Formats: sequence, structure tokens, C-alpha cells
Amino acid sequence: MHRVHGAAALLLLACGLTFGTAHAAGDRQTDPLDSPRWGDMRKEFFPAKARVVFDGRVKVSAPLTAENALNVPVSVDAGALPDATEILVFADFNPITRIVRFRPEGAHPGLGFRIKLQQSTPVRAAVKTRDGVWHVGGTWVNTTGGGCTLPSAGSGSPEWQKRLGEVSSRVWDRKEGGERIRLRIIHPEDTGLAAGVPAFYIQELKLTDEQGAPLLQIEGFEPLAENPVFSVDIPAARTAAGYRVSGRDNNGNAISAVIEK
Amino acid sequence: MSILSRASRSAIALFTLGWALLLAAADMDYGLQPVSIADGTWVLVGRSEDFSTANGGNIVNTGFIVTPAGVLVIDSGPSRAYGEQLKRAIARITDKPVTMVVNTHHHPDHFLGNQAFAPETLAALPGTINGIHTEGGTFNENMYRLAGDWMAGTEPVAPARQLTAGPLELGDHHLELIALDGHTGADLAIFDRSTGVLFAGDLVFNDRAPTTPHANLVAWQKALDRLESLGFKQIVPGHGPVAQDAAPIRQTRAWLGWLDGNLRQAAEDGLDMTEVLALPLPAEFRRLAVVEAEYRRSVGQLYPAYEQHALARSGRNAR
Repeated sequence: MHRVHGAAALLLLACGLTFGTAHAAGDRQTDPLDSPRWGDMRKEFFPAKARVVFDGRVKVSAPLTAENALNVPVSVDAGALPDATEILVFADFNPITRIVRFRPEGAHPGLGFRIKLQQSTPVRAAVKTRDGVWHVGGTWVNTTGGGCTLPSAGSGSPEWQKRLGEVSSRVWDRKEGGERIRLRIIHPEDTGLAAGVPAFYIQELKLTDEQGAPLLQIEGFEPLAENPVFSVDIPAARTAAGYRVSGRDNNGNAISAVIEK
Repeated sequence: MSILSRASRSAIALFTLGWALLLAAADMDYGLQPVSIADGTWVLVGRSEDFSTANGGNIVNTGFIVTPAGVLVIDSGPSRAYGEQLKRAIARITDKPVTMVVNTHHHPDHFLGNQAFAPETLAALPGTINGIHTEGGTFNENMYRLAGDWMAGTEPVAPARQLTAGPLELGDHHLELIALDGHTGADLAIFDRSTGVLFAGDLVFNDRAPTTPHANLVAWQKALDRLESLGFKQIVPGHGPVAQDAAPIRQTRAWLGWLDGNLRQAAEDGLDMTEVLALPLPAEFRRLAVVEAEYRRSVGQLYPAYEQHALARSGRNAR
């Protein structure tokens, strides 16, 4: 599958050199990552009339080279933008481009997580602000790849079935004020692209304080890494005595846990 | 010559150089030059680099000991071509037959030359043999990706003969096989009591950052203590130059100790993996070859376990 992409990418690259800029009305910038797939990403994820701008304030951190394509760390931070309402993370050259979408509702507009990549690709975060503008940041990750078409370790072992949806977590005070929550969920996160192994992944996670006030909504897609680990920061004004996480996977299995301090 | 412009002379020079490089590549000649470091003891020191199509995977140290009873080869290199060239290099030095080829552990640059040698001469620790059986194929495919044409015809061959720790008499050399672990699940060191040469395998790196895909940092540091206690005169590390003192052991231990402490502290502080990758390397390690790349790989390989430990430490599974 990725070979087809590769060939198409080369063709597009050749075209992109001459007219790589004017993809949609209102977008006047060229892609700082110079990806031949940007035009397709623009069409796939954003309405034609939406204003989409490349914005250095959207920070995407990932290693330039990732040897382990099954577990590539990525952090997104949109804290420099006012009023981030929704953040979509995607990878231009992944067979499944969408990685995760999250909506900060009190949590800091950022998220740390890990992903599977099939080949070298830009990894981007598009941040929608209250005025409706999408701000896009990103970085290239080079990898020998193959991360999307391998079955999870979990799919080959009965162990995970007993522990499916198990959450471990911890809360830290941050020097800057506020708190950091890290949580790990036992889940195979199979993409459905490995032969004979159906897609099986976490679709929905909701983080609230112990009173139920919302902090963060996460919509997950297939490329999140097996047994996903998330890092979330809570501003000082929203810290609480405890937190809760709840959600479900695409098979309807529930995830529900108390995050104690 | 005077009728040629400077430009055309440059063009000719470039053309000639290009052909020379092309011919060298077509030969796939590693240019192996064994260096004698003690009585009957020869080493071939590889480059302190990552695997590449330029070095053909020759980033590893191999060696051999010539005795009246035959030749012992220590590690067979990263490819069939390397193994064959090593065999020819040995034949240029001695007419004694190769009676044993040991693989110090199951990483690809240490055993993928096995094909060049008679199957009955191949030997390794049981854990190494098992590792070659289970992971050899994947390693081999990966080496084709990283080293390209140099790998032509290379296939993983696992030794059949299982080694156990203890003395090994070979002609007039009194050897000690030392079974350790930490770099992988089975690491063999070979101490030649007759010459004082210690072949440490990848338990010891010298001026090159250690690799950790199968590492247990605690066990590895213990193994280094054992090696340091041996009273050797020379040490042949798995990667990097031969040394006459324990400095490479101390350097490897210092790196592993720092790595372990750094990752543990990072996990205890709640750092995300991308934040761990951004931590600065201490000045004392910055001169190690490929240190940035190895740190990045080590974080990817090792940090998840430290994280799990730190998260589990909350002791209250949130369910």
C-alpha cells in the first residue's frame, strides 16, 4: 500500500515543484514541510472555505528519525495560541492519516502520545481557534516504517484480554504551576491493516475532574500506539483533588478509571 | 596536459574517482587488515559509525587467535561477504584451519558472516543460538535495508554447538569462556589467559555510544564489574579501538549508569518521551561517536519500561 503512495508522492512532488501553492482560496502560504500530500490533506480535513494557515505557534515535537515505527513519540502544544477549541493530529503519508483529535475543555491545549507510522511522513497538528481559523504546525519524522501493517503484540497473546482497558496513572505537580496527568491504557490498538487482525482501537476518552467537570475529550484513531500513554497538563485554575477518565473502544468495551493523587 | 582546461581536468578527475568508487563498491571489498596485538592474536577494528551503505555494516570488531591446534574466530561480521573476506584474511596469515567460530551474542554484525565458515565450527551460548533462530531473519532483512548491496547472498545461520562457561584449551592458548548478560540476554566474553587479551564483545564499547535494543542496564553493569576484575593486559571491545587498560569498561559503565539514572528520574518526574529526548547529554559523553543517535534509540527502547514502573508506583490502579 505504501509503495503506491510512494509512487504517487513522486509524481505529486514533480508537480508540486511548479504549482505547489494555491490549494484553496484563502490559503496563501506554502507548506513549510514541502509535502506533496499537503493538498490532499487540505481537502480531506478542512472545508474549502475554511481559513487554514501554517503557524509556528503550533508546536509538534517528535524525533526526526524514529527507528521504532510502532512507537513514535509525539507531543503537541498549542498553548501559544489563544482559544484553541479543537486539535486534529494527522500524518500525510500514513495509510490511515488521522491519528487523534482532542478538545481541551479546561486542560492545557496540548497532548503527549505515541503513534505507529508506515513510512517517513510529516506529522501535523491543526488547531482550530474560536474565530474558526485552523492553525497548522508539524514536523517530518523519518522512519523505515511498517508500523501500521504489523499486528499488535497484544493480538498474539491472551494476556491483554484479561487486562483490556486497564488504566494506570499518576499525577505530578508542575514547577510552572498546575499538574500533569500521565495515563497508560492496556489496549492492542490494531489498525486493521495487518492480515487477519481486525481494527480494534480506542475511539473515545473523556477526562474530567472528580466532580465531573470536563477537562479534555480525546477521539482516537487506529494509528495510536499499542497500550497508549498520554500526557496531559492541567492549569492551576483547574486542578482538582482527583480526576476521572472514561471512554470506549470501537467494539464498545468501556474504559473507566479514577485517577488518584 | 596543458591543452586541457582546468574544468576538463576536474571533470576527468571526478570521472576517474567516480569509477574507482563504483568499482570498489562492485567488489564489495571491506579492505580487512588484521592487526596483531599479541602472540597469535589478531583483531579487525571496524568504523565507529552507524550501519550504512558506505561502510557495508563494518562497524564491528572481529578477531582470531592462531594456535598450533587451529584458529579460533571471534565474531564473523555483518555479512556473508565480510565472513568470506575474513576467512581469506586469515588464510593469508596462517595455513592452520579454522576450528571454531564463536558469536559473542546474537546481534547481526556479530554473526551474519557465519555462512562463510564450516557449519560444524560455529558455536555460541544457548541464548545466542536461540536469539539467532528467533530474530536472525528480521535482523538480516533490516541489514539489507541499512547496508544495501554489501549484504548480497547473506542469510542467517545459527550455530549448532552450544558453549558453556569455563576453560577452553586451544593449542598453547588457555582460554576462559565467560557467560554474562546485560547487553543482550546472552553475552560471551573470551579471556585468553596465555596472552592477557580479553575479547569483551558488546559488553564493552570504546569511544562509541553503546547500543541497547536488548539491554538490561543493571545486569550489564554487573557484567562490567566482572570483566574489570579479570586482570587483563589488553581489551578488545565490540566496537571502538583496542585498549590496554580498563578505561573502555569504565566509560561504558558511566554511560549505562547515567542512562539508567536519567531515564528513571525522567519517569519519576512525569516527563513525556519527547521531553526525555530533548534532555541535554552530559559533556563527558558528547565526544562518543554516534552518541545523539544512540541516546535517541535508547530512549525509544528503554523508556517505556521506566514509565510503566513510575505509573505503577502510584500503587492504586485507577480502576
